[in-house]
Amino acid sequence: MDFKPCVNINKELDIVGARQLGRTRAKELGFGTVDQARIATAISELARNIYLYAGKGKVCFEVIDQLDKQGLKVVASDEGPGIRDISQVMQDGYSTSGGLGAGLPGVKRLMDHFEIHSEWGKGTEIQAIKWVR
Amino acid sequence: MKAIKLDLDNYRKLLKEYLLTKDERALYQAEQFSKLSVQHNISPEEIIHVHIEALKELYPELPREINDSLNFLLEAMISYGLALQENHFLREKQLALESEIAVAANMQKTLLSTVKPCIKGLDIGAISVPANQMNGDYYHFVTDKDDTLGIALADVIGKGIPAALAMSMIKYSMDSFPENQREPSVILESLNRVVERNVDPSMFITMFYGLYNPEHETFSYASAGHEPGFYYHAAKGTFEEIKAKGLVLGATEHANYQQFVSHIRTGDCIILLTDGVTECRLGDRFVERDEFLQVIKDYIHLPAQDAVEGVYKYFERLQDFHLRDDFTLIIIRKEV
Ligand SMILES: Nc1ncnc2c1ncn2[C@@H]1O[C@H](COP(=O)(O)OP(=O)(O)OP(=O)(O)O)[C@@H](O)[C@H]1O
Ligand SMILES: [Mg+2]
Repeated sequence: MDFKPCVNINKELDIVGARQLGRTRAKELGFGTVDQARIATAISELARNIYLYAGKGKVCFEVIDQLDKQGLKVVASDEGPGIRDISQVMQDGYSTSGGLGAGLPGVKRLMDHFEIHSEWGKGTEIQAIKWVR
Repeated sequence: MKAIKLDLDNYRKLLKEYLLTKDERALYQAEQFSKLSVQHNISPEEIIHVHIEALKELYPELPREINDSLNFLLEAMISYGLALQENHFLREKQLALESEIAVAANMQKTLLSTVKPCIKGLDIGAISVPANQMNGDYYHFVTDKDDTLGIALADVIGKGIPAALAMSMIKYSMDSFPENQREPSVILESLNRVVERNVDPSMFITMFYGLYNPEHETFSYASAGHEPGFYYHAAKGTFEEIKAKGLVLGATEHANYQQFVSHIRTGDCIILLTDGVTECRLGDRFVERDEFLQVIKDYIHLPAQDAVEGVYKYFERLQDFHLRDDFTLIIIRKEV
């Protein structure tokens, strides 16, 4: 498969571009409509955080092939301010939208695997995987 | 997981049945399905997905616009699904917290328990009900060999767990005072120092301490900014406010409390309370003082314990069984 791996996030419209590319990849991999919508929403959350808190960064996609399963990996990375207290932001009800289920805990729920690395003053990288069912 | 899948098949059947018959029974079953889905944490987008699939099965020629619009709806429902999951999670967390608080509340009850004493010539009634699980009001009876009766009544401004913690401190400080220290003003002055040293300045505690001496038929008392109680003149059927001025506990390092003495006549009552009683609300207004005293009057002919319980039940009903503040009421009647 010919793969354009990344979308740069500089302005709000880039969030839409990231969603679009993610959805295309998800479709190619054979995700159903519900999972496509979930992946797109997760990408939105990650891309919007980059846009809002880091100013710029990128969202990249990778196909993961394992013996028994295939998945889509979304990697959102930036060199913004980083997150000081990760366990706090991963708590339900912490995000500024407050108790609406979205934000980073929402991304974790939408995807099957979630990993966050962030260093205060250096940047943030979030990896999330969804397996094809 | 299997049961849920089954339910989705069921949805298809129900939809088909409804489209063919427009039967209310199918709608009723859809309602049951909806409840079950919430219980099993099935997100709305999944239901919409099943709906789309079922429609396509029934109508292979489904117009593209309808199909697309349903996909649009599915997308728009994703956040509702997330909110549902978060809600599930938070509810579990809340249940865990609640049972933890219930344990703490029980512990507080044991810690702060006081025995209502039997004193010859006195009829005593006392009730204390917390607005939430933990009580920020506290009363305690102290008896002595000479048949004198000490009555402590305190109210932490604020409710809930911090208030309850502060109350335990008051109780244990009082327990540690020497037995011969029974003068209301001295007790309040000592407690003031304890509170000033140990409690956050943003937290206030009001307190009333009274000492009944059966030999002299006198009631000595002092107040640290506490809601004034009432003296009931049985012969005239009138109430008189028990006036005592004093700073709330912990406001300054050294506070002095003035002590007052009243003579108690047979048949008269001392009524002590916290502001949860006088500040009962009726809709958005407070119950007026005269209204409140009238309620007390309606019950005061009863034995003291029946009277305080009667007054409590009256105000509980008046406020739709939803107390806004901890409620404590004590009635002491001199019988002989
Ligand atoms: N890429 C990032 N760089 C720096 N800080 C971030 C980044 N992503 C998230 N954060 C911090 O983590 C917090 C939580 O993010 P999260 O997406 O969960 O909620 P939110 O953005 O505040 O609200 P919303 O629910 O609208 O997404 C943010 O408020 C922000 O302070
Ligand atoms: Mg966000």
